[in-house]
Amino acid sequence: MSITTENEQLAYIASQAADARVNVEVETDEGMTLNLGPQHPATHGTLRIIAKLDGEKVVAAEPIMGYMHRGYEKLTEVRTYPQVTTLINRIDWLGSFANEVPFILAAEQLMEVEAPPRAQWIRTILFELSRIANVCLFLGDMAVQVGATTPVFYAFRDREFVLNQIERVTGGRFHPNFDRIGGLKDDLPKGWIEETRGALDRMKSFCDEMEELVLGNEIFQARTRNIGVIPGDVALSYGLSGANLRASGVDWDIRRDANVGLVYDQVDWKVWTHPDGDSFARFWVRLQETREACNIIEQLLGSIPSGPIMAKVPRIIKVPEGEAYVATENPLGEMGYYVVSKGDLTPFRVKIRSASFSNMSITPWILKDVFVPDIISILASLYFILGDIDR
Amino acid sequence: MGLVESGKMPKSLTKLLNMSRRYSMWVYQWGLACCAIEMGAAFASPRYDVMRLGVIPLPASPRQADFLVVSGTVTDKMAPAVRRLWEQMPDPKYVISMGSCANCGGPYWDSYSVTKGVDQIVPVDVYVPGCPPRPEALLEGIVLLQERIMNEDMAERWKGDPIVVE
Repeated sequence: MSITTENEQLAYIASQAADARVNVEVETDEGMTLNLGPQHPATHGTLRIIAKLDGEKVVAAEPIMGYMHRGYEKLTEVRTYPQVTTLINRIDWLGSFANEVPFILAAEQLMEVEAPPRAQWIRTILFELSRIANVCLFLGDMAVQVGATTPVFYAFRDREFVLNQIERVTGGRFHPNFDRIGGLKDDLPKGWIEETRGALDRMKSFCDEMEELVLGNEIFQARTRNIGVIPGDVALSYGLSGANLRASGVDWDIRRDANVGLVYDQVDWKVWTHPDGDSFARFWVRLQETREACNIIEQLLGSIPSGPIMAKVPRIIKVPEGEAYVATENPLGEMGYYVVSKGDLTPFRVKIRSASFSNMSITPWILKDVFVPDIISILASLYFILGDIDR
Repeated sequence: MGLVESGKMPKSLTKLLNMSRRYSMWVYQWGLACCAIEMGAAFASPRYDVMRLGVIPLPASPRQADFLVVSGTVTDKMAPAVRRLWEQMPDPKYVISMGSCANCGGPYWDSYSVTKGVDQIVPVDVYVPGCPPRPEALLEGIVLLQERIMNEDMAERWKGDPIVVE
């Protein structure tokens, strides 16, 4: 690299200094320093964790992130509203459809449009299907992190059935880009409802399988019970959300308590909590939630109203001036978009509140005084996705 | 081997060596973003099952790997690590770039923090397009790479400049 201008020179010096600082911190302290990542299977992508050890015990742990930063908030400022959904699909890549919904709801709020009931129903169904697709992989992956290899094969096998259903509606296996301001792109294809019932039966038997294979396993319990305990008040003060919060005994679910635009009030369902707050509880809550999601979808499938799937919206979407914040209960926790519009084709500013970023902020606290093998199981049980942290 | 230095290699020997290399490859998976999940589906799921192509996933270290799959968005912060890992792999080594982000930046073509194409950092043999590509597409890419290995001239490869370790 050739350095020509003064600015480049300063930037170069600053980067060298930052490197040196990290290395000095690593080297000068007493005890051993363990570097996990940036490429480590247990970190779900490219998270780096520097842990200072005293023997087998972690004295301090520091997450270093930004390896997956793609500049979403800046990019949304140069995309039109329909184009933004293409982009934000890729924030939490396991439950893609769930990412679109809060943004679209925020835009609809600003435009004062409401999607027709049929669209709301299908949205909720797809939202829950993406939750299943997301959490399914967690159930397999968590077992891998504590040393059991088989469950992840089952997870990948059964996840395909859910992905097939999403693909049949949206045409996208992974990134549907299906939600539109004012409704949905297409209606359900013929025979889809019956096939989805079959896929849900499959998922239910998968949950039973996981319960027998993993949850009842003595080794799994020994590795997760009383490990990584988060009390409810600590969880709240760190801004945890989703299953991590409910596993600490806090009864809070946006789907029930602050629902916007989705039809959860039309179904009979239950919010699962667990009083323990340890890794085991987080696994247990997610397993029950997968079952509950199957239950929700089954009820919704039987009661989809007829009618149009698109409200009347102009062909070229210009969102009037204003601000809106909409949050939904995504598979990983609370995900919200704060959209500021100046009446243009593109948003003026979008602040993304993603669940994993807050969920991960607890790692320095929770990784204190744990043993080295528990780092992996705790990180896995917190369940974050790197795209969701760095954005 | 004197044969190689003279630039002559019996065709049958080349064929044998290439065939053995082709069907016994360890792949180092560099999972970065969405594509990592599709790669996981191709490598770890019973539906796609990469092992029937003679490719073994999950080596313990890049030093045991024959080819690298870069799947996902390479950011400027990650780029040095990608290069470093690639340098640790023993020759002959190959790279498959999976997904639009690794190929050219993909949907982040105008982002300030994304490296537009992993081929700026490491030489790429096969590009797999898609966002993300389906697991079948990755398998197709692997088959193409195997064909490429099969048609490789071993003597040409070994005749090149001597490797100098700095």
